[in-house]
Amino acid sequence: MKSLTHNSNDHLPKTGQYWRVVKTIVWKDLNIEIRQKTLVSALLIFSFMVILIFTFALELDKSTRENVAIGVLWVTFVFSSTLGLNQTFAYEKDRGSLEGMLLSPIDYTAIFIGKFISTYIFVVIVEIIVIPMFYILYGIPLFSPVFLLIVLLGSFGYTLVGTLLATIAMRTRAREIMLPILLFPVSMPIVIAAVQCSNAIISGANWGQFSSAFNIVVVYDIIFLGVAIMTFDYLIQE
Amino acid sequence: MLKPNPRLQVLTASSLILIALSTYMVLIYAPREIIMGEVQRIFYYHVSSGWIGALAFFVTLITSIIYLATQNERYDHVAMSSAEIGVVFTTMNIVSGSIWARPVWNTWWTWDPRLTTATVMWLLYIAYLFLHAGLEGHDRRRHITAVYGIVAFVSVPLTFMAIRIWRTIHPVIIGSVDPDAEGQFDMTTKMTTTLLFTVSTFTVMYFAILWHRVRIQSLLEHMSKLKYQMYNN
Repeated sequence: MKSLTHNSNDHLPKTGQYWRVVKTIVWKDLNIEIRQKTLVSALLIFSFMVILIFTFALELDKSTRENVAIGVLWVTFVFSSTLGLNQTFAYEKDRGSLEGMLLSPIDYTAIFIGKFISTYIFVVIVEIIVIPMFYILYGIPLFSPVFLLIVLLGSFGYTLVGTLLATIAMRTRAREIMLPILLFPVSMPIVIAAVQCSNAIISGANWGQFSSAFNIVVVYDIIFLGVAIMTFDYLIQE
Repeated sequence: MLKPNPRLQVLTASSLILIALSTYMVLIYAPREIIMGEVQRIFYYHVSSGWIGALAFFVTLITSIIYLATQNERYDHVAMSSAEIGVVFTTMNIVSGSIWARPVWNTWWTWDPRLTTATVMWLLYIAYLFLHAGLEGHDRRRHITAVYGIVAFVSVPLTFMAIRIWRTIHPVIIGSVDPDAEGQFDMTTKMTTTLLFTVSTFTVMYFAILWHRVRIQSLLEHMSKLKYQMYNN
């Protein structure tokens, strides 16, 4: 009987080597993006258009704007992250380099961590640009450090589960359609908690009023980091 | 494998008898609730189907974990079949609750924590079934759906906690009483007996359906193996 956390290469991975693999994968993805500049710029344009559509669909005057702004911001983050997550294994799949990665004597979870970190970096870059843009368009001050922390933690959990489910979606017949169907219901708790938390922070509530929502975001991040590391091996194997 | 299984026949027959008995109990034996009237009788089926939904998804979680640990395809059949049954019973749970809520809450639907959690859970397992249908290759499909079966179940309690920060109006019949709940009532002994009987009936019925569904799944995979052999010889 194999244990749930088996490594495919029990004899090899040492901590130093593990992180070298992670670093190589992250660096490779960042390098591609630095040269091509397609993903981040596409996500930015997409985010801007989502905000624009919301503005017209909801006919936002000043008072409604303040009530729904945080919701609009999080929907923008969720949509653009999902779009970015769909590209997680795009190059590996198209060029067949995934097989190369899987054949090399490395711990598979290092591939997951590397892929997750690079996607998370792209998502955070987009958010760093969208937040000031949102402030300019909607006039809602978003620069509280606690709010920025909840944005980071919220997208951490969302991107983490997203990377895991993108690995699943990649293996199905209808890749791009499958990811949101799998991801939206699973990410429901973190999205709800992050929106509630952000709303409370922006409306100036004290810690006691949003601590439970904040805790759910943190708990979600931790639980799914564990689940992802324990199950990734089974997803990537052929 | 194709022969009818006598134990399964006994289970099927007894669940049919139990369904007839529980219909009698719900419609005639149980007393009419004094404030809500006849519509309250839907409660027995509502609670039972909700229980089966939760039980079925829990069975999917456990058998998914066992499958990943043992790689025995039998557990994958149980996991998948149980998820399918769970979706059907959760649908019944949501629809019956909605029918009850129209006269009692004066609305078909409200974004109450329990209702929202049930809906999210329902969507999770519909996605699970989509995933099962969209994957090719037996081994790959089994591994991947097992992982999703685990991921899906883990997120259900978190969803409930996240939404519970809002106020609930859903009545809690068993356990603690929330003063904000609307449609609360005290159960008489006859009502409790009827509820327990219906829940047990549904549980027996669940195992009968599960057994049938697992058999169908095994036969389907057996057939596709035979086809494969036929074309490759």
